[in-house]
Amino acid sequence: MLPGFPDAQPVNGLIGGVLIGLAAAIMLLGNGRIAGVSGMLARTLGLTRGTPWPIAALFVAGLILGAVLHLLTLGPIEADFAPGWGWLVAGGLITGIGTRLGSGCTSGHGVCGMSRLSPRSIVATLTFIAAGMVTVAVVNAVGGGW
Amino acid sequence: MRAFVSMLSGILFGFGLALSGMMDPSRVRGFLDIFGDWDPTMAFVMGGAVIVMAIAWRMQKAMNKPVVCDQFSLPGTKLIDARLIGGAALFGIGWGLAGLCPGPAVASLANNLSGAAIFVAAMIAGMVIFRLTERPAQ
Repeated sequence: MLPGFPDAQPVNGLIGGVLIGLAAAIMLLGNGRIAGVSGMLARTLGLTRGTPWPIAALFVAGLILGAVLHLLTLGPIEADFAPGWGWLVAGGLITGIGTRLGSGCTSGHGVCGMSRLSPRSIVATLTFIAAGMVTVAVVNAVGGGW
Repeated sequence: MRAFVSMLSGILFGFGLALSGMMDPSRVRGFLDIFGDWDPTMAFVMGGAVIVMAIAWRMQKAMNKPVVCDQFSLPGTKLIDARLIGGAALFGIGWGLAGLCPGPAVASLANNLSGAAIFVAAMIAGMVIFRLTERPAQ
């Protein structure tokens, strides 16, 4: 589909991305809030305040239902997870601390903040993408890659 | 009505993540693997989402209040400090290790329960650790 990148899925990626943008737009224009998953999850668990609980909790529940809807309509969702729970535990733990410390993740800073041209979110997004690229390169170089 | 809007936003978000391929950790990892077999799919996902949201921000500027809430509740912080950059860097490391960020991880509870549950449980533990060690002044 994309010359030079036989495994890429540019069309599904773009359509999926537009849907994610629409979802964030509905949250912004409807409820007046940022559709940031790490923040909404923390609020759902009572780790932060601010957003009314039902707004956060139903958004988080909706994420799971959206994936279920895909399974029921378009079918299976391809996914290769890391081999072994060590990657998931380490990755999850660091992601949890980092997203709270940095006040956001790919959705809040990456989608909502970058499109708002927020300098803070642009810096955060460039930082986590760079850190992710370095991490994958290091893991591959050390030989423990997956 | 606020509840309906939240649910609709979440469902559309989750469906979009599933369709986009971003619930596949190996594909997300492929985007970060610029020195290896690079997979540009995520650039299309981010591009599509950011374009739609850029239009939404234009509309937001022309609105006095959101459609079903009394007021906009948006972050106003402008501070670019060590906390922001350190947090983002940590998140990036975690993202690179597991190929999962919070949205796809939560949505994957519907698709790869065993793996997603481990990641989400660890992520929540990380959030709790942060909460417990957080300094009062935020």
